This record gives sequence, C-alpha cells and structure tokens, in this order.
Amino acid sequence: MKLTVAEVEHVARLARLELTEDEKNLFAGQMGAILGYVKKLNELNTDDILPTSHAVPMENAFRADQTCPSIGIDKALANAPKRVDSFYYVPKVIE
Amino acid sequence: MKYQPVIGLEIHVQLLTDSKIFCGCSTKFGAEPNSQTCPVCLGLPGALPVFNEKVAEFAIKAGLATNCTISPRSIFARKNYFYPDLPKGYQISQFEEPICLKGWLDIQVDGGLKRIGITRIHMEEDAGKLVHGDISGLEDGSGVDLNRACTPLLEIVSEPDLRSADEAIAYLKKIHQIVTWLGICDGNMEEGSFRCDANVSVMPAGSQTFGTRAEIKNVNSFKFVKQAIEHEIERQIDLIEDGGTVVQETRLFDPNSGKTRSMRGKEEAHDYRYFPDPDLVPLVIDDAWVQRVRSELPELPEQKIMRFTDEYGIPAYDAEVLTASRPLAEYYEECVTLNGNGKAVSNWVMGELTRALNDSGASIDKCPVTPRLLAELLKLIDSGTISGKIAKTVFDEMWRSGKEPGKIVEEQGLIQVSDSGAIEAIIDEILAREAEQVAEYRSGKEKLFGFFVGQVMKASKGKANPALVNELLLKKLNE
Repeated sequence: MKLTVAEVEHVARLARLELTEDEKNLFAGQMGAILGYVKKLNELNTDDILPTSHAVPMENAFRADQTCPSIGIDKALANAPKRVDSFYYVPKVIE
Repeated sequence: MKYQPVIGLEIHVQLLTDSKIFCGCSTKFGAEPNSQTCPVCLGLPGALPVFNEKVAEFAIKAGLATNCTISPRSIFARKNYFYPDLPKGYQISQFEEPICLKGWLDIQVDGGLKRIGITRIHMEEDAGKLVHGDISGLEDGSGVDLNRACTPLLEIVSEPDLRSADEAIAYLKKIHQIVTWLGICDGNMEEGSFRCDANVSVMPAGSQTFGTRAEIKNVNSFKFVKQAIEHEIERQIDLIEDGGTVVQETRLFDPNSGKTRSMRGKEEAHDYRYFPDPDLVPLVIDDAWVQRVRSELPELPEQKIMRFTDEYGIPAYDAEVLTASRPLAEYYEECVTLNGNGKAVSNWVMGELTRALNDSGASIDKCPVTPRLLAELLKLIDSGTISGKIAKTVFDEMWRSGKEPGKIVEEQGLIQVSDSGAIEAIIDEILAREAEQVAEYRSGKEKLFGFFVGQVMKASKGKANPALVNELLLKKLNE
C-alpha cells in the first residue's frame, strides 16, 4: 500500500523537510510498507483494551514546587549559532 | 439579513507557582533573558521533564470552582509544531484526557443569568518570548528569550455559548475573578499572565448551523477583547453580505487600528499530530485528593454575595461590588465585624474608600486606612461625635497620615457641635444678618430653607449637628 506523493509532501512540510521527486516516490513506498506492517494490529480485537498512553506501568511522578538554580545565561546560549546580548538570535519571523 | 454571532473563548491562565511546570527554574517575571533556563526548558536532548505537583493542585481548584468534573486519570501529550519560541519542536500539553471536563459558569446578562458551558481545562507549558526590533543587533532578526518557556498554564476552553462581545467579556471577567480569587493566577493581562483567544463566527439569525470561525489570538486587555470581537463580527457580516465566504484562519488584533488581520501561513500549522508524551507518566487523582482540595477552597464570590446580603443586610448590588476581588471582600468583612453596621460600612467602602484607591492607584492591601481605622471612624459618626460630612475630611486625613480618627478629630477640633444653645446662637446671628431672605421665606418661599442650613453649617465650619440645625432652624423661622 503506497502513500500518495501528496501525503508525503504534506508530512515533509510538517517536518520542514525538502525532498526531491525521487525521494518522494521512494518514501511513498517505504512509508506505505511501514503502515502496512503496523496495520496487522487491526486484525486483533481490542474492544475491551484501553489505549496505551505509556509503556511503564507507573503513575504520579511528581516534584515539589521548589526552585533550583538555573544553568546561567552563558551556558544556556553556548550552543546558539548566534547570540545578541542575552538573546538567541533567529532570522526574522514574519507574520 | 440579521446575523447571530457565536463566540467561544480559550483562556490561558499563567499559574502562580514558584518553579516551572517540568523543571526547577524560577517563573519570576522580568529577569534577564534566558537567565531562568536549564536543559529541560531549553529542550536539550536527554533532559527529562518532571511534573510540578502544585500545577495539578491549582488545576483541580480551578476545575472545582467552575463546576467541572475532575478526571480520575489524565495524560500529557506532545503538540508538534515549529516556531522559534518553542525549543523542543513540541509543546507539552493535554489533548485526550485533560484534567477537568464539562463545567459551567453563570454570567449576568440583560435578561438575568445565562449558563456558559466549559468544555475542558487542561494543563500545559508556555512557550518562550520573541523580541523584535529595539535592540541593536536584532534589526534584521528576532531575539528569543526562553525564561517563559515551560511556565505552567491552564487553558480554559468554553463551549461556543457566547452570543455577543458583551457576553464574552462578562464570561472572561468572571474567569478572571475566579482564578485571582483562588490565588492561582495574578491576573496581570499586560504581562500576559491572563490572555485569551476568541473563536468568532456568524450565522443567519435563527439558524442552527454555525458559520465558519476565525480565531483571534492573544488579545491583552478586556477592552481590546471586546473591540476585537466586535470588529471581527462586523468584518464577517460585511464579507458575507458582499458575497464572500469566511475562511477558517488565525487572525491578529491590531490595537492601533482596532482591526483584525490574517496571519498568513498558519493554515497547515493546525495539524499538530498530538501523541502521548512518553517522558511523563499518567496523572491519577483519587477522590481523597479532590475532597481535600474542595475542603480547602475559599468561599467563592457567589457564595459570599449570598452570605453578605443575608448576614449584613446589604443589597445584592452592594454585595456584588464588594466581592469584585477577594481583598476587597475581606476588607469589607473585617470592617463590618468591628463596626456592625453593614450598610454604612458598604457605603463607605464603595464610596470614599474606592474613590481614594482609584485616585491614588493604590491596591487595597496597601491601603493606609485599615479596616480598623475605618470602623473607628464610623463609630465616631454613630456616636454623634462628628457629622458624616466632617467624617469625609477625617477620612482624607487618615489616608494622608494613617492617624487614628479620634486623634485627628481632637487635634483639628472637629467634634460635632450638638449643644443647642451654641447652635441657636449661630442661627440667631444668621437670621439677623439675612433679614431680607427671612422675610421672603416667611412669605412662602420655603425653598430658601436650604440656604439657611448652608449658612449655619458654614458658620459652624461644618461642625454643627445637621439634624439639630434643621430642627432649630425650622422652629426659629416659624416663630
């Protein structure tokens, strides 16, 4: 079951990926194969089974509302491609 | 054709926790950019978010105060989209199974009460802040400050039950009152602690099918929310009348022009691909927890209004004004406990005190005239020591100096003159001086009575007991 090229383009756009026509065709086949494989699960009857939201059988992992020291501006910005004052610099976001 | 607007609100409430929702960084407003960050809120690889229990506590409070059902089990989800203020590329939020469901609030509308449904309340993290212009080096780009990233928010989503901008504002104000009352949010709209998106559509009057809606983003004052909704309703009606169709889109309100404009390029962004966040385990809330929070809820405005009218015998209108905020209601109650005269205290709190607070811009918890001082002042009126008029002078002096009212009265010699001999002497003097007016009065021009009262009060520097002045004047003039 192949995905359509339009579906691949949509998913690529959401992931901010630029694909060539060849890649779109390639991924349409590959992604279709993955979905086809997972589709096998539809053969099971899951009427009485709650959707799994977590793989670990655990609940209520909390921390108290207490502050702890932050890492500091220089560390926070250490990996930034560009820094202006104490800000991360990013190209203009146009709305 | 006549049109019916349909409005739903999504309200973002920033919670008053000390630390962020998934890490220990401070939530304090106004710190140097990026100084309150760590691997978790920066979205660095491998960092593990751990949920701040107080956020659940606050969410349960908000849910109970808005008649919601508290979900016994709720989960966190990732909302995926790209934006420079969102370091992880997803926002941790709740999608399926939010913490509160199906609540309601009653708002006051022209015809009485109207019930507005609340679809859900969910918990989520805030994004960072983008800074444009102003700073040198940022002329061509934007600065990103991630101090606000990971700050806890509640999103309160209403049903599309609102039918006008006024109803939307009444509902918004009610939510604002409740969350500040509960002490879970500071309510500061300018700093963004309380903000609102409005979904607006119009349909032909009488229709059952809603029109296509536009979403107006982040409007930061009650006034602007009203303007934005009113403008958007008008825009959609004009569009339809001209043969156009409304498109589903996100619009921004521009306070300078009072108009909304389209935010292009956000159409596809609505495909958020939510899925459960594997880093966070489910939140399970048992009855005992809900009951404990319920038992710790403060008395809410509506309950207070009922009790104030009952217990202190004040009109419903007064009770509503006095419960506008929790500190105001507490001020009133403290004062009335000391003084006992519910209506007199109400008049002073709604009158002089509110005026003085407005004039000075002070908040009530920093008010120099404490409930005890105001109660003392009212006692001086009750006992006839000073007149109500002089009391206003004393009030202003208390406001300035914080001195005891009794002391002010003594120092400035403001004690009311209730000695009939002394008042009669003043009256005689006035009547002798104003012989002409007296003659006019006696020949039937009774309106002049007020003039005489005024003259006597003036001569006594406001200190004469007004009731006694009236009585004695009447007697003398009719002699």
